[in-house]
This record gives sequence, C-alpha cells and structure tokens, in this order.
Amino acid sequence: MSKITLKAGARVTSAVSDVQVMAIKIPAGEYELTCGGVSMVAAGGTAPEGASIDPADSGETLMGKRYVDEAETVEFLCTKAGAGSLVLDGKPLAVKQAKQLPSSD
Amino acid sequence: MNIAMLLDMAADAFGDRTAVVCGDQSLTFAELRGQAQRAARVFQASGAQYVALLDTNGPVIPVAIFGAAYAGVPYVPLNYRLTTAEINELLERVKPAVLVHGAEFVDRLTSTDGLQLLDSEALLALKDDGEEIDGAMVDPESVAVQLFTSGTTGKPKAALLKHENLTSYILGTVEFGAAEETDGVLVTVPPYHVAGIAAVLSSTYACRRMVQIESFEPGLWLETCRTQNCTSGFLVPTMIGRIVDYLDEQGEALNAPSLKAIAYGGGKMPLATIQRAMELFEGVDFTNAYGLTETSSTIVVLTPDDHRMAASSDDPKVRARLGSAGQPTGAIEIEIRDDNGKVVGPNELGMIYVRGGQVAGEYKEQGSQLDSDGWFCTKDLGYFDDEQYLFIDGRADDVIVRGAENISPGEVEDVLREHPAVADVAVAAMPDEEWGEAVAAAVVLKPDSTATVEELQTLVRERLRSSRVPQTIIFKDELPYNDMGKVLRRVIRQEFAALVEAT
Repeated sequence: MSKITLKAGARVTSAVSDVQVMAIKIPAGEYELTCGGVSMVAAGGTAPEGASIDPADSGETLMGKRYVDEAETVEFLCTKAGAGSLVLDGKPLAVKQAKQLPSSD
Repeated sequence: MNIAMLLDMAADAFGDRTAVVCGDQSLTFAELRGQAQRAARVFQASGAQYVALLDTNGPVIPVAIFGAAYAGVPYVPLNYRLTTAEINELLERVKPAVLVHGAEFVDRLTSTDGLQLLDSEALLALKDDGEEIDGAMVDPESVAVQLFTSGTTGKPKAALLKHENLTSYILGTVEFGAAEETDGVLVTVPPYHVAGIAAVLSSTYACRRMVQIESFEPGLWLETCRTQNCTSGFLVPTMIGRIVDYLDEQGEALNAPSLKAIAYGGGKMPLATIQRAMELFEGVDFTNAYGLTETSSTIVVLTPDDHRMAASSDDPKVRARLGSAGQPTGAIEIEIRDDNGKVVGPNELGMIYVRGGQVAGEYKEQGSQLDSDGWFCTKDLGYFDDEQYLFIDGRADDVIVRGAENISPGEVEDVLREHPAVADVAVAAMPDEEWGEAVAAAVVLKPDSTATVEELQTLVRERLRSSRVPQTIIFKDELPYNDMGKVLRRVIRQEFAALVEAT
C-alpha cells in the first residue's frame, strides 16, 4: 500500500479498473486510497505493473455517485465507473444519500 | 470541479443521447462536447478575456457556455432586449471579447473595436481541427459565468459565478444521469438569466434532453410540449398565467400526456394562478424554486407534495404554504436576521441571509459581499413558518418607510388584489413632506369593471390599518414588467415621484 497526496480537486485513477474519482471535499494530506484492494494513482500517473483486483472485492464504483466516509468529512465524485470499491485509510467509503429534490430548473 | 467536467461525464456515460433540440437542430451529448471543444479552441486562440453572447435560445447556448468553460474564459450572456445603447455599454465592460451573436443582432453594435465577432451558425459549423482540451485543467476558483444584474439602482452590476459555485449547486441538487432516456425539459427562460444557465447545467448533469424555444408564446409552448413529448418545463409565473389564460380562452385542454412536471420561479406567483394551473394541469407535479443570481440559482424549493398538501388542507397555516417559496434545499444554510443582525425565530420577519458552496455573492467591481463567516445578505425580506417554509416578503429596497413605520408593498397589494375589479396592482413609496414616504398604488382594473379610489382605500383600511392606506391611487392600462415577470417597482416609484414634483 502506498500513500497518495490528496486535496480538493485532485483526480485519482484506479490501478486495476476504469474507475476515476475526483476529491470534492478532503482536508489536504497524505492518504491511502484503494480501489479493488489496490492503491489508486494520480490521474495521468502509471499503475504498478502486475497489479490485479482483489478477488474478494466484488464491489463497483458507480458513475456520478458521491462517496463519503462515515462522518462525511471527505467526499469523492466518481467521474468514470468501474470495478472495485473505494477504501480510504482502511475504511470503506459509502454512497452519499442525497436528499431527493424535484428538478427545479 | 468545473462545469466542463459535467459535460465530460454526460458525454462519457450517455454520449448518444440527445442533449439539445431547437427546431430542426439537435446535438447529442457527444456532439455537444465536440462542438464545445472546437469553440474552446477558437476562444483560446482569440486571446479574448470574455466570451460574450448576444442571441436567443438555441444549441449555440450550451456550446458557448461549455466552450468558454473548456477555454477557461468567463462566459457573459447579454440581454438582447436591452436598448442598443445599454447593450453597447455592457460590451464596453467586457472588451476585449469574442462576441458570439445571432445574425439579426449585428446591427445592434455601434462599434466592433475590441470585439471578435463570431456568428452563432459559424460556431455550430466549426470543423474538428485540433487537440482535445482536458476540461479538468480549468481552475475551479476561476469565473465561469458573469451575469449583469438588471440594475434596479444605477448601472447593472456584474455578478461573478465561479466554477466551484455552479458545480456545488449542481452536485448538491441534481443526481447524475437521473433522467430517463425519454425525458425532455422545455426551456423557455432567456439565456442571459441565471435560470437559463442552471437549465443547461442541470439538464446536462441529469443527462436530460433540453428542448428550447426561441421566445415564449403560449400556443408555441403548448405545441412544442406536445410534439416533442416534453416531460417537464420551467416557467416564470407570468408565463404560467398566460398559458392558463390561453387554454381558458381557446377552451382547450392541456392535452400534453407526456408532461409530468412544471417548475416555476423568478417572481411572485399569484395564488389564483397556481390554483387554476393545478386544476388545468391535472396530474402534473408543480415545484416552486426560489433563488438569486448571486446564489447560482435555486436555494429553496416548494415540492409537488407540498403543493398538493397545501391545496387540499383545511388548516389555514398549511394552505398558506401554497404562497411560500418552500423549504431550503439542503445544499445551503439560511438565516433570518433582524435589523441588529440577530437571528429571529419562526414567524418573525427579517432579512434573508444564505451561506454555502453555491453562494457566490461577488461582483466584479464591488468585490465579495460575503461577511467573514461566509454569509450573504440577499436583501430579500422574509420569514420561516413553524416548519421551515420560507415566505418571501419582497425586496428590502421596496419597503416603504412611513414615519417610523416599515410597510411592505406586498401586504397592501394582496389586499387590493382581493377586490373583484382589480386585475393587477403594484404598491410603492411616494415622497411625502410629512411622513418622508407615503404609500401609493398603481391599479389595473379588469375589462368592463369599475372601482373608485375611495372604495379601494376603504378596503385597505378595513383589512389592515390606516397607515397602510394608499394616499394616492392611480389607474393604469398595464404595469411595467421585466421579461422574467417581475413588476418594475422602481419605474412605478419614479412615476409617483414625478406626480409629487408636478404638484
């Protein structure tokens, strides 16, 4: 596992699937962010060779969903969907349940 | 996050879906991204500081908005209904600029110095000729959109909306890809209004088809709704009033089975209009949206369930909510404060303050208007009821200060509107030697109806108190409105002031 520097606006790519996320809200710092059990890399960076998804992770990261920690102090937006679920510093991130609003535009 | 990424996501996930239709022109989300990218390369190469736009609704609108975003240049749509002199004054404030324009607007330009003219049709016909621009590179803290306010006092202010404000609004209120493939929203709001910007961004992020008409006319709106199988639409209250009148006059039914939802906002909705609309548009969901340019559009929403509950309730408190703006969206915080800045409780009138990521509250010349804690004063007056339904009481600037007493024009207008002969009314301040300001009313009577000044004064005296009685009432054929359906109280105020000077 390797750490990655994250701040709001940072874009991160999965090393083992198509998943891309963007940090919407996060205190700037070093984090261990994984997708499918493998550390994610900065967008445009190269994935470690031979990395493969953790077969125990059958999760998926879904397009346009926002992923948060329990306290909602961090928030990621999925900008490209793919296999593998997101885990930040050992804790799984969950889809943010937004208040459903009728379209007002 | 910036607004170009909203389109990137839509084009990645639903590239083949129709993004926008206007007449016989249409673009899919993938085509819209392609056109916006080509526009962006032209904007970047121009070295312009702004992308200004002078045109009616059409596919060029989303192309220009997103093209400017990819290029990292602020987008400034101009009100084509302004006078030639006003349009050229605004253009002076954005030069050097690229001006995207409809062919019919060229002769409105008194000088093209500092302007690179780009015909809308030419912008839509650009050929693919270069490298893709990475939309994610645009700084979220840079200005995405600059909107000139209508300028109630003095020259129009340039309200700045940053990428982060607009994306905060969209992420906080719209679910990505929420639209069904068959959904289509009928867009009638003008492109230079914040609702026109929000319409493009919301539809794109929901991956919803946008059906545009160049300008509003009730018959055309109904026909387009029917032929394009629109499922929703946004209207200002006066437009809903005109559709209702049109259906009544023609003896026509709505006859638009695809239509599921109507959202409205931009001005006060008369109770009689929304009640009649809910009858005529049976089964259609109504949503009232309240927001400001400075808040990147909607901050308070009265939902379809709220409408139905209010309309069918026997409890006067619940019924009254049909005239409220609704409850905060959850993406922002709202406080009502008194004159000393203290937060007031339910049912107490005060100034509306708002805070959150979508609140820009910044003007180009005047700078940020947020206080040190991030709160923005809307200058709208209002109060929450016991369950956080917000009632808007009008602009603080419109309050009539008679002696030491503050009088809200809306309160007097509501009473006068109850008179059977009154079709429309606007109340405003009139200079007065004794009181500083006095209450005055401009009244439009219904055809073939009569009412005397004394009769109307008596009505107000009986319902309110004597200080509320308009000391002057004038009768007019019609009241001045802007094209978003807001009554131009300042014009009426000037008329009253002129009356005083003449005596």
